[in-house]
Amino acid sequence: MKRKYLAKDKLYALKKDFPSEMDFDDTLEKPTLIILKQQVFVEIMHTLKIRYKFDMLSNITAVDYDDHFEVVYDLANRTNNEELMVKIALAKTDPNIPTLTKLWPEADFQEREQYDLMGINFLGHPNLQRILLPDDFIGHPLQKSYKQVEKGGISEK
Amino acid sequence: MIKTETYQLSMGPVHPSTHGVLQVLLTLDGEKVIKAVPCMGYLHRGIEKLMEQRTYFQCLPYTDRLDYVSAMNNNFSYCHAVEKLAAIEVPEKAQYLRVIMAELNRIASHMIFIGSLAVDIGATTGMIYPFRDRERILDIFNELCGARMTYSYIRIGGVKNDLSAKIIDMINHFLSALPSMLDEYNDLLTGNEFFQHRLKGTSLLSAEQALHLGVTGPMLRASGVNYDLRKENTYSSYDDFDFSIPLGKTGDNLDRYIVRMQEITESAKIIRQALDGLPEGEFTAKVPRVLRPPKGEIYDTLEGPRGEVGYHIVSDGSAKPYRIHIRRPSFINLQALDTMCRGYLVGDVVVAMSTIDPILGEVDC
Amino acid sequence: MHTGLLASLAAFITGLIESLLGHGFAAQLIMVLLEIIAIFAVISLAVIIQVYMERRICGFIQDRLGPNRVGPFGLLQTVADMIKLMSKEDIVPEKANRLLWGMTPMLLFIPAALVYAVFPFDEGAIFADIGIGVFFVMAIMSQGVLMFLIGGYASEDKYSFMGAMRAVAQMLSSEIPIAFSILAVVMVTGSLRMSDIVSAQTNVWFVCVQPLAFIIFIIAMLMETNRTPFDLVEGEAEIIAGPFTEYSGMRWALFFLAEYANLLAAAILTVTLFLGGWQGPFLPGIIWFIIKVLIVIFIFMWIRWTFPRTRIDQMMALSWKVLLPLALFNIMATGIGIYIYKWIY
Repeated sequence: MKRKYLAKDKLYALKKDFPSEMDFDDTLEKPTLIILKQQVFVEIMHTLKIRYKFDMLSNITAVDYDDHFEVVYDLANRTNNEELMVKIALAKTDPNIPTLTKLWPEADFQEREQYDLMGINFLGHPNLQRILLPDDFIGHPLQKSYKQVEKGGISEK
Repeated sequence: MIKTETYQLSMGPVHPSTHGVLQVLLTLDGEKVIKAVPCMGYLHRGIEKLMEQRTYFQCLPYTDRLDYVSAMNNNFSYCHAVEKLAAIEVPEKAQYLRVIMAELNRIASHMIFIGSLAVDIGATTGMIYPFRDRERILDIFNELCGARMTYSYIRIGGVKNDLSAKIIDMINHFLSALPSMLDEYNDLLTGNEFFQHRLKGTSLLSAEQALHLGVTGPMLRASGVNYDLRKENTYSSYDDFDFSIPLGKTGDNLDRYIVRMQEITESAKIIRQALDGLPEGEFTAKVPRVLRPPKGEIYDTLEGPRGEVGYHIVSDGSAKPYRIHIRRPSFINLQALDTMCRGYLVGDVVVAMSTIDPILGEVDC
Repeated sequence: MHTGLLASLAAFITGLIESLLGHGFAAQLIMVLLEIIAIFAVISLAVIIQVYMERRICGFIQDRLGPNRVGPFGLLQTVADMIKLMSKEDIVPEKANRLLWGMTPMLLFIPAALVYAVFPFDEGAIFADIGIGVFFVMAIMSQGVLMFLIGGYASEDKYSFMGAMRAVAQMLSSEIPIAFSILAVVMVTGSLRMSDIVSAQTNVWFVCVQPLAFIIFIIAMLMETNRTPFDLVEGEAEIIAGPFTEYSGMRWALFFLAEYANLLAAAILTVTLFLGGWQGPFLPGIIWFIIKVLIVIFIFMWIRWTFPRTRIDQMMALSWKVLLPLALFNIMATGIGIYIYKWIY
């Protein structure tokens, strides 16, 4: 058995509900769902979880592009064996996004990791602290603009 | 006035049974656990950042250093993802060789699990036996690629080299000795009354909780959820082999142990079939000297010994990955620790930690 | 009176000193001192032998060699370890109560050594053959836990403190089954005197008369000596080393010494109470005694290297819910047995 990518008709169905808030490139074989508006982010994710049975948030990644951040969610549906990649772009100046810990508790550590290394603020996260780096570390090393500071980036006390 | 109060106990990062440098902050009421918070990062090396500075080929050795007791599976996941991204077709023989090595490494990894579980509940002798037998697998790998822990044997496009007759012989010898090894562990551990009492009914993780917490791998299957990527998302000719997925019933520590014990037998079955049906042909595909995958993004997960090892790779069309993010199964499985420990005793925390089987190189990345 | 090898030796030395000094009382006094020194020498030597034994047996069970580099067959390994421990830095935790903390390892050795006073090593070779021998052993052996408590408390460390608490709980659960299982033996003998208990086993060992008491005694003794499967006090995977967590170097070595002295005491007690003490055919009593003690120690070690550790609640449940009722039942059965025996004869 092979895991399938979420069928395009389902994506079209979803687009009917959120015509201007989401998009996908239907020329691709496996189109990524792109969320355009942050206000409906949680709503769309909620729909994906409840209606499309994406019970697993397999992976959360943030990518630092020249002019924006992108947070990528890799969802998996274990009952129908489907997968889906969801993206949302965030402004460089103010990378805030609502947390998904209420929908998928497994997002907890993953969001903390992205906050720690990439500097994405997950609003409403129950415990948004650094997870891999020391608490007094300065900066977010996975950002492309990150320059290593003296003493390994740890502030002097 | 007499009153009781809870206190904090920092278990680790220097502690005999935290499997590396994991720290668990326990809130205790006497010996009863109120809360268990895993704190990690003591082994953080910034592998994701390092990979951004290196070509796709140079990234491979870093994957060895993630989950260092099952480096083959990490190599496998990484190469599989890159191949998917660059649309490289892997020859069938290489697929078989990969399966053989990944499954051998799974056995070695589960042997480490048995050993560390045994030593965590005080059965020192139970540790020595699996470690002694694991040595034979390491010898095979040493003969195969010259390394005992960090193999980098599975390469982008195939594998490093073909099997020699000696290695096939060694694997066959190991497989024929495996049942007696397992019998020995069963005699020493599984059948032991104390052992069963320690594991049975402790750190329960129901199927619902396991799915909810995003737990994967043997931990999920021990809770009774039949989900294994080798079956659900068949890759690398796994559908050619006949094997079953061992499942637990209640999701307690004993189930997590038994599922892994049975997985060893199933892995041995796969290896035997793969060796018997080893196809002729090339062991590696033709891969350009400088690999420039097309612009794009891929997320690919394979079933490792601890759960789903996933690689999210963003390519900008150059020879170096723009961004790699690794889904480390231990990292996400550790989130279940709190649920598994609440209400149990300090002695059970150690066992719960052991049955999660985290490898800190992977957790801290 | 027929006496054993050791007693004859003692009598010979006493005679020698008496002829030299010409004074009976002084000779007796010197003899007492010599005996005390002998007991300490026996304990120290036995610890070294036991550590070596443990490592070799452990090595054998775990399919490896064990120490084999220092001296012939690695016999001097323990000595080398002792030298290493003595040369280690003495680290005192900053917050510890220095007086109590420093005192504990030395104090621990007192009860461990004191019980040897009433052990019959051979016929007539008993330092103090007091009328309440068994009672004395019980009373002194349970004092060890006080030192664990003091040491664990004074270390100002959570692990040590948890270990100390566990030690107290474990001592309470082990002492009572031990007392009740010994009581059955005492009922059969009709005396608390150690030498009487040994001589009552001339025809048949008490392990045959009191098999249930023997099993209860062995299990409870494993708890008492903190050995696997009941090594919860140390429980290295859980609470690092329990009360010894903060001790290092020579201080830790003293804990170690007391631990093995206790193990030896447990073996001697088992032999004396259930396995006929020094009695046996052909060979001198002391030889029989050593053979039996070594076998019992071997069994203890065998158990240690085979079993995993229990959990604290399981240990308590085993002690209070299984061992204690069984021991009480055994006492009742013994009473009825004695009554029937008297009625028949």
